[in-house]
Amino acid sequence: METIPVEHGFILAGILFCLGLIGVLTRRNVVFVLMSLEIMLNASGLAFIVAAARWEHAEGQVMFLMILTLAAAEVAVGLGLIIQMFRQFQTVDINVLSEMKG
Amino acid sequence: MLELIWLLPTFPLLGFLALVLTGGRLPKRIAGPIGAGSIGLSFAVAALVASEFLNSGLEHFTYEAWVWMSVGGFNPGFTFYLDGLSMVMMLIITGVGFLIHLYATGYMSDDPSFARFFSYMNLFVSAMLMLVLGDNLVLLYLGWEGVGLCSYLLIGFWYTNPANGYAARKAFVVTRVGDTSMAIGLFLLFAQLGTLNIQEMLHAAEMQWSLGSGFAVAASLLLLGGAVGKSAQLPLQTWLPDAMAGPTPISALIHAATMVTAGVYLIARTHPLFEMAPSVQLLVALIGLITLLLSGFTAMTQSDIKRILAYSTVSQIGYMFLGLGVGAWSAAIFHLMTHAFFKALLFLASGTVILSLHHEQNIFKMGGLRNALPVSFFSFLIGSLALTAFPYTSGYFSKDEILLGALELEGVGFWFWLGGVVGAFFTGIYTFRLFFIVFFGDSQAEHPPEKEVGGWHMNGPLILLMILALAGGFIHVPLDAVFNHGEAHDEHNVSGLIHGIMIAVPLLGIAVSYLFFMSKTFSVDMLMAGALAKRLHAFWFGGWGFDTLYNAVLVSPFLFLARVNRKDIVDSFYALIVSVSQAANALIVKSQTGSLRWYALTVAGGLVVMVSLGAVL
Repeated sequence: METIPVEHGFILAGILFCLGLIGVLTRRNVVFVLMSLEIMLNASGLAFIVAAARWEHAEGQVMFLMILTLAAAEVAVGLGLIIQMFRQFQTVDINVLSEMKG
Repeated sequence: MLELIWLLPTFPLLGFLALVLTGGRLPKRIAGPIGAGSIGLSFAVAALVASEFLNSGLEHFTYEAWVWMSVGGFNPGFTFYLDGLSMVMMLIITGVGFLIHLYATGYMSDDPSFARFFSYMNLFVSAMLMLVLGDNLVLLYLGWEGVGLCSYLLIGFWYTNPANGYAARKAFVVTRVGDTSMAIGLFLLFAQLGTLNIQEMLHAAEMQWSLGSGFAVAASLLLLGGAVGKSAQLPLQTWLPDAMAGPTPISALIHAATMVTAGVYLIARTHPLFEMAPSVQLLVALIGLITLLLSGFTAMTQSDIKRILAYSTVSQIGYMFLGLGVGAWSAAIFHLMTHAFFKALLFLASGTVILSLHHEQNIFKMGGLRNALPVSFFSFLIGSLALTAFPYTSGYFSKDEILLGALELEGVGFWFWLGGVVGAFFTGIYTFRLFFIVFFGDSQAEHPPEKEVGGWHMNGPLILLMILALAGGFIHVPLDAVFNHGEAHDEHNVSGLIHGIMIAVPLLGIAVSYLFFMSKTFSVDMLMAGALAKRLHAFWFGGWGFDTLYNAVLVSPFLFLARVNRKDIVDSFYALIVSVSQAANALIVKSQTGSLRWYALTVAGGLVVMVSLGAVL
């Protein structure tokens, strides 16, 4: 069976991660920032899976499961925060919330 | 019975605590009895202990209350040492102190800070008793500084007037010069002799040091420095006239009867040390002589009733120093005692005069008060006679003994005697100048007194002190055991001429004073006509320019340095650290934008930097 070279997997994970990061840094809408964070988490999950397949270790898949639960929890908390934020400020623009500057 | 000696400083201390812990809120009818009563109890105990001591025939008695601290071989305690010298001192302090406290309950009765006044007074008496009863120099020093503190607090008692605060600070700082010298003296004694117990120290000094050795000279010089500061002798005498800013009972108790004589006590207590350094002992006499003459001149020119008495106190302590310097130890202590009687009397009487005249202190605004103020008149008459050493008053006996002691000294003794006699002449002039101007002539008062202030608690002490000032010379002071090692004092053997001169000279002074200020045969204005006389008068009035000199030499340069160094050069280094970190803070604060995306970027950026660093290294 033709196997996908491990480099491809890592490159894909890297690209996904950078896309997520760029999203986090450039998006002003908090919902999109949260989504970009999810992409970053999934990129790291992908990297684990690829590595686990290459070195035939089960820990990578265990880590992925953990990242999955982590991401679910993070989304739950994050969405809760976003709702609170919207109630308080009637906006989801992250730039508005800069009152804690030194 | 003798063990009760520890009660002596305890009663006033308890009185102080009671008054101070209630925050000065006790009503006068309670605070007065506490304040005066504690000293009265102390006096009762002192009288009991003294009679027991005299009956026991002991030379000295030591009672150790408890050990204060114990470090290696150094273990000073609250140990009280009773001998003839400390017995005389404790009786003066508690006896005269009690009379003055009693007087003060009347004098201060209108003062809102009545309880505060008595708390300081009680603390003072307690500290003074520690000073004279302490058997080691550490306890003595505790009392020494305690009385200095109380003196400061009481001079500045009416602190709302800034001038009083200034006078208090001046007294504190000037005596501090002497105290520092004394502290160094104590360090030297401990380092060299290994003990600060006075008797052991003196014994060790006689064993280890030869006559006139460097250490003996240095130690006695340093102790003399402390004595000079406390007793307001040249060159540290400038604080005492200004100390008259305090209430008059304070001037009587602290600045006439007790504290200022602490220096005399210190020298008498450590007299073997001074005997081992004859040059320093001569210096003591010289300081005393010069001080008594200078302050005699100054007293003649003053116009403030209390300043005249202050300068006369300086002058009389000069006599005591003269007595100490010529080795007439008991005569000096005897004069200390009689001086406590008549000077306390004079100060208290002047307090009555001042109060009756609504706080007028200028003698030229008094005049003709002899009928209006009979008690003060007689008090002043008797006090002045004793001060001028009128025959058979108390001052006569004590001053006589000092002068005869001076005459016994070979060589320079005659000159000391002559100086003392000249001083007695001036004493006669300035004392009766005050007396005649205040009590005779026409009234110059702006508010002539309707009647003399004072009830029994003001007049009673005056009457008792009158009796003491008159008859105090007949009290036998049991000091032979202390100073002559048990031998009886040998009688002076001098010609009738000398005696005649010593009696006549003060009378001559009184006569001169009479001619100028009473019969007006001569006029002061005539004397003052010349320009030179005016300048001389101004010079003497200012106390021989010592204040001006010290201001120019010490105070002004110090203020100049303080002004130059206003920003504190040493501190600028630390200020630099502060400003650098503040600048760094301002810089970093800029990165704290509050923007979440900026934070995320810095996290990511930081991560990139870390990872690439890891890759490179």
